[in-house]
Amino acid sequence: MQEIANVYFDGKHYQVPADLTIMTAMEYCGYQLKRGCGCRHGFCGACATVYRIVGENRPHFALSCQTKVEDGMYIATLPFFPLNHKIYDISKIKPTDNIMMEFFPEIYACVGCGACTKSCSRSLNVMQYIAYAKRGDLEACAHESFDCVACGICSARCPANISHNLVGLLARRLTGKYITPEAAHNTERVNAISNGEFDKDMDELMAKSVEEIKEMYDNREIEK
Amino acid sequence: MQTPFLPHMLESIKAVEASRAERFETEPRRMDADEKTALLQEFHPDYGDNGFDTIKIGANTGEKAPKELVELLHSKSKISDVNINLDNIEFDVDVLIIGGGAAGASAAIEAHNAGQNVMIVTKLRMGDSNSMMAEGGIQAADKENDSPMQHYLDSFGGGHYKNKPELLRRLVMDGPKSIKWLNELGVMFDKHEDGTMWTFPGGGLSRKRLHACADYTGAEITRVLKDEVQNLGIEIAEFTAALELILDEEGKVAGAVLVNMLTGEYLVARAKTVIMATGGAGRMHYHGFPTTNHYGATADGLVMAYRAGCNLLYQDTIQYHPSGAAFPSQLFGALVTEKVRSIGAQLLNIDGEAFVHPLETRDVAASAIIRECGVREKGIATGQGNGVWLDTPLIEMIHGEGKIESAIPGMLRMFLNYGMDLRKTPILVYPSFHYQNGGVEIENDGNTKHIPNLFIAGEAAGGIHGRNRLLGNSMLDVIVFGRLTGQKAAQMAKSTTTGKLFLNHIKTYEGKINEAGVDTGKLSPILLPKYTRDVNEARVV
Repeated sequence: MQEIANVYFDGKHYQVPADLTIMTAMEYCGYQLKRGCGCRHGFCGACATVYRIVGENRPHFALSCQTKVEDGMYIATLPFFPLNHKIYDISKIKPTDNIMMEFFPEIYACVGCGACTKSCSRSLNVMQYIAYAKRGDLEACAHESFDCVACGICSARCPANISHNLVGLLARRLTGKYITPEAAHNTERVNAISNGEFDKDMDELMAKSVEEIKEMYDNREIEK
Repeated sequence: MQTPFLPHMLESIKAVEASRAERFETEPRRMDADEKTALLQEFHPDYGDNGFDTIKIGANTGEKAPKELVELLHSKSKISDVNINLDNIEFDVDVLIIGGGAAGASAAIEAHNAGQNVMIVTKLRMGDSNSMMAEGGIQAADKENDSPMQHYLDSFGGGHYKNKPELLRRLVMDGPKSIKWLNELGVMFDKHEDGTMWTFPGGGLSRKRLHACADYTGAEITRVLKDEVQNLGIEIAEFTAALELILDEEGKVAGAVLVNMLTGEYLVARAKTVIMATGGAGRMHYHGFPTTNHYGATADGLVMAYRAGCNLLYQDTIQYHPSGAAFPSQLFGALVTEKVRSIGAQLLNIDGEAFVHPLETRDVAASAIIRECGVREKGIATGQGNGVWLDTPLIEMIHGEGKIESAIPGMLRMFLNYGMDLRKTPILVYPSFHYQNGGVEIENDGNTKHIPNLFIAGEAAGGIHGRNRLLGNSMLDVIVFGRLTGQKAAQMAKSTTTGKLFLNHIKTYEGKINEAGVDTGKLSPILLPKYTRDVNEARVV
């Protein structure tokens, strides 16, 4: 006998197999998803979902593709949350102490309530990465926020109206571009290629017959 | 939390644990060329006839393709019976880009920087794409012991010597500068203290050439590109799908008919050049396989371009990722990045034996798993078929504690969600439809052979990877050919005059469907898969 869960979409009661995710349960109930569905594997943040268990007070937050249905779930999907996207030219801005003040001053209004962290669909310490941003530790903010899928739930909960995932994104772009040292081997190789240093060898390789290349491929040494 | 594994799985895990110490000391043998050929012939779905049909109309008439794709090609257009008013132009741009993944975004940035008026249309949200889901990494030959020639050799051999040489040359020669471009846009590559990038081995790679951003490589790249597109003020129409290309009286591409996914409103976009970056086809579930792909991967671009007169190349070769999640059911088909094997996890059967080298090319590794679970009957039953073990605890025996959390945090999180800790127990995997190796055939500039001003970028394009793509070459391809097509389409737009708009090719194609008597009675492109249960089945008589 298949286990059944009682769930509610748009306030309507449905009985669904208990091993479905919230997303596949919606499809089981007849919803053809157009919004609130993206990669279906937990990487894109398209399927932010709020649910409450009957009889409980507290709302829960999740990605519908990564969460199994539970008996008594009242479910609402939140496919989009409007954030305040700031325009900047990454080649002109710098990882300065006051860069966050310039673009996201509202983070300094954070009251430390922790609603962001409690609601994170990926269990990240969101309040901590905002704290790093406030004190100008962009690299720490970048790493702490790295697994963010930008579902936007934290921003929906924040009393200070912070656009958390955009703060993390700015910190990461500044870290990637300016704070971590340049990869010298990469720059050297880019220059060598543009100076034509590999052209002759490449021409020679491409001039070989498929049989000759096969021979090379089958006997090539593989780095341990 | 209670173990999610079933009793027979726990029994098999004991065998895995028992053989681990010995396996730690030894590397599984690599197959020689003849063994690989024999394995592929017998077990890879591409090499059989099951699941394939013959294309009866259009440029590839007489060739084989997965039957689900043939069905799309033998179907009439979604706007077959709609009289679209082509004088009512909603969007009028220089360069129209269809698709909002990393290829579309890269193309948009370059075309915009070349001074053109650019627009991206995408049927879901900007960034929703297979690019976002690429986990393992991106190849580029930028280490001292490596070279573009070595990268070429690996990719050419991996592609069974069928890659178009000039395209492959561009891919490998532009590799290092693509990494540089991304890094300068702020992509956080994994680096050592001194800035040297971490590079990892991978299936079919003879050098450690895979650059990564933990196991979020595609997500990190795509979110940065999306942010850059937004910062440049490039127009984006989300939840807006392309249904058909529009041509002018000279047969040049001249725009596309779009549809608002939510309201059904038709919109005409006129453009001097069009870049099709519509991605793959995983959601067509060829041969009945589950997929690692995005919800929107339904081969739309192939259908639109083919109907307009383009030809496909290698449309009969599909990449099955050896490690799709096989258990629990909620993760069925989800990608378990090849990086898990790059850093040491082995593939094992029910008796805990390593039956294949974990870093064979994807087609070989997938075929070995299919054989192990099939004729050899050494798979582990999962409730949705069979799977084999991917021995993740071995990773931390090799690299020390903490490696899993630092190198593959996304994987750790995905399975912990279902009570499985990769650090302690292995996971079950089975091949999952991952990539269409072929697509619309492109020439050196990413242009199509048959339609002037139409460019194809990313997974929708065919030729770069031959008949089997190596890991990390797709993320590279979307950047290299995304940027290239953006530049070329912008250049072409400057010298193009678009004539009067026509959709005549739709009726012409329909005539061929009728003539050949192959009409499926369905309409294409489908835009989204149908996973909805037929809720009225029991209610309608």
